Amino acid sequence: MIFTSAGFIAAVIIPAVLYYLLPKKAQWPLLLIASIGFYFAADKRYLIFIFVTFLAAYICTILMGRIDLKTKAYIDSNKDKITKEQKKEVKGRAKTRKRIFLIIGLIIALGILCVTKYTNFVIDNINLLLKDGSKIREMNIIVPAAISYYTFQTCSYVIDVYRGKTTPQKNPFKLMLFVSFFPLLVQGPICRYDDLAPTLFGEHKLLEKNISTGLTRIIWGYFKKVVVANRIAPAVIALTGDTDTYKGTFVFVAMLFYAFDLYCDFTGGIDITIGISKVLGVDVKENFNLPYFSKNIKEYWNRWHISMGTWFTDYIFYPVSVCTPMLKLSKWSREHLGQKIGKRVTVYLASLLVWFTTGLWHGPAWNFIVWGLMNYVVIMASQELEPLYAKFHGKFKVKDKPLYGIFEIVRTILLMSMIRMFDCYRNVPLTFKMIGTMFTKVNLKIFSDGSLLGIGLTAADYIVLAVSFVIILTVSIIKNKRGHVISDNAFTLRYSLLALLLMGVIVFGAYGTGYDMTQFIYNQF
Amino acid sequence: MEELIKILKDLHPDVDFDTCETLIDDKILDSFDIVSVISEINEEFDVVIPAEEIIPENFNSAKALYALIKKIEDED
Repeated sequence: MIFTSAGFIAAVIIPAVLYYLLPKKAQWPLLLIASIGFYFAADKRYLIFIFVTFLAAYICTILMGRIDLKTKAYIDSNKDKITKEQKKEVKGRAKTRKRIFLIIGLIIALGILCVTKYTNFVIDNINLLLKDGSKIREMNIIVPAAISYYTFQTCSYVIDVYRGKTTPQKNPFKLMLFVSFFPLLVQGPICRYDDLAPTLFGEHKLLEKNISTGLTRIIWGYFKKVVVANRIAPAVIALTGDTDTYKGTFVFVAMLFYAFDLYCDFTGGIDITIGISKVLGVDVKENFNLPYFSKNIKEYWNRWHISMGTWFTDYIFYPVSVCTPMLKLSKWSREHLGQKIGKRVTVYLASLLVWFTTGLWHGPAWNFIVWGLMNYVVIMASQELEPLYAKFHGKFKVKDKPLYGIFEIVRTILLMSMIRMFDCYRNVPLTFKMIGTMFTKVNLKIFSDGSLLGIGLTAADYIVLAVSFVIILTVSIIKNKRGHVISDNAFTLRYSLLALLLMGVIVFGAYGTGYDMTQFIYNQF
Repeated sequence: MEELIKILKDLHPDVDFDTCETLIDDKILDSFDIVSVISEINEEFDVVIPAEEIIPENFNSAKALYALIKKIEDED
């Protein structure tokens, strides 16, 4: 089910109305029913997968919680009888037992993800090595919707309970709601239990502020998705689908179009998620912080898909970087390779693993893996070039000049957009080839000879896109300067803009015949 | 404390680590810096900072980080 379908809109409006009519105690159970109904409507077979992931997480975390309680009770009742060493030993044994349940919980959750999403990818790669007669047949496996999102969300909960950061949720129905909260089942964000739980299970009064800010956010999201992303997506498909016709400067145009398309599609979808949650009184953390204002790729990844980036940092990058074998490797490499290189080894290896898995998380295909590795290469290269940048900035005092800032922003957008072409062409050698033609087959005539009117966009579409671009850029600049766009108390302004935006979505939205109500791009990941 | 300040100064010579209490909040230390610092602490203090202790409260100031090192040393 997608945000723009009538089914989804009904599935949101009905529970949202009931939510405030029913007694407050019934609010979170209603959300659970709505979430299960939402997932059931998407495909009833999906339910078994999400249920097994939830059940494993529930049992494992409850058992981990029991171990913690028993250990604490033992230490408290024997605090005068046991030595510091014995206390350490008791804690160590408890941690080992907890680790068993952590591993079981993670194997079940990640196992389901790997089997459903990656089995055929593994088979395809094995087949590359086999002769024609001995090839393995691909398996007919369903990939449950949003599995990457809810699996990561559940894993973060299991790990946080293991780490003692989060208290295990004893009520299985509440945990099931955390795993399956329906606005997050479209394209995330990947929420942490401690961030989401207080408002997800809380009792909410009908507040004008929640409704108005939530609705504004929803309509703003629909504007980005329906007016921009849906309109520009067919052009991106046309430009990247016919590689014989659309090469050279067309690739550059496709690159910029896809940058705009993906931004509006993903941030628009997340706006809708955050907006729906807000209407229900549930606070979902922001997933973006004006990513296209980033001055380098490292900064970009701190501002784009924040929940995924922090997930990989907290649960892969840090644990891998600071595990005992890595610390030993760091020590060894400092002694044998020198301080300069030795210091970098662990960071480089852990980052390589992070970017490989980030690529794989996006999809079971080599183009995603190479996309991840390209990000890794650029981030590491810029890390290595830092002394050179420092020298440059020491010589030329341009760092704080607005024009240089704009240059850095444009450079980051272009670099990120180029790497993203692996996502569009879905073929690694072809992507490299097409990017190459951008430099070897420059043809500026395409901007004046009408070629860009033959890719599914009319002159009117270009005007709508240009005006939308100006609106989105203006809103972003205001947000960047003031931290917010409309103050909470500006009711008249908020409702006037809301009405204008709604009209914009209805009048200029790209739907109906000729437009595929495209799925969200990030929904497939 | 002096050894810790020296480790931090090697990474960012221009930062006043004696007074700064927003090393993470103001993005002065990034994830690469944190891993580098942990690895140096391991060598200098023979203390292993586990991943679960990598939270802003423990890394926002040299003082907080030093307190963490002492806490882990005590537990050991």
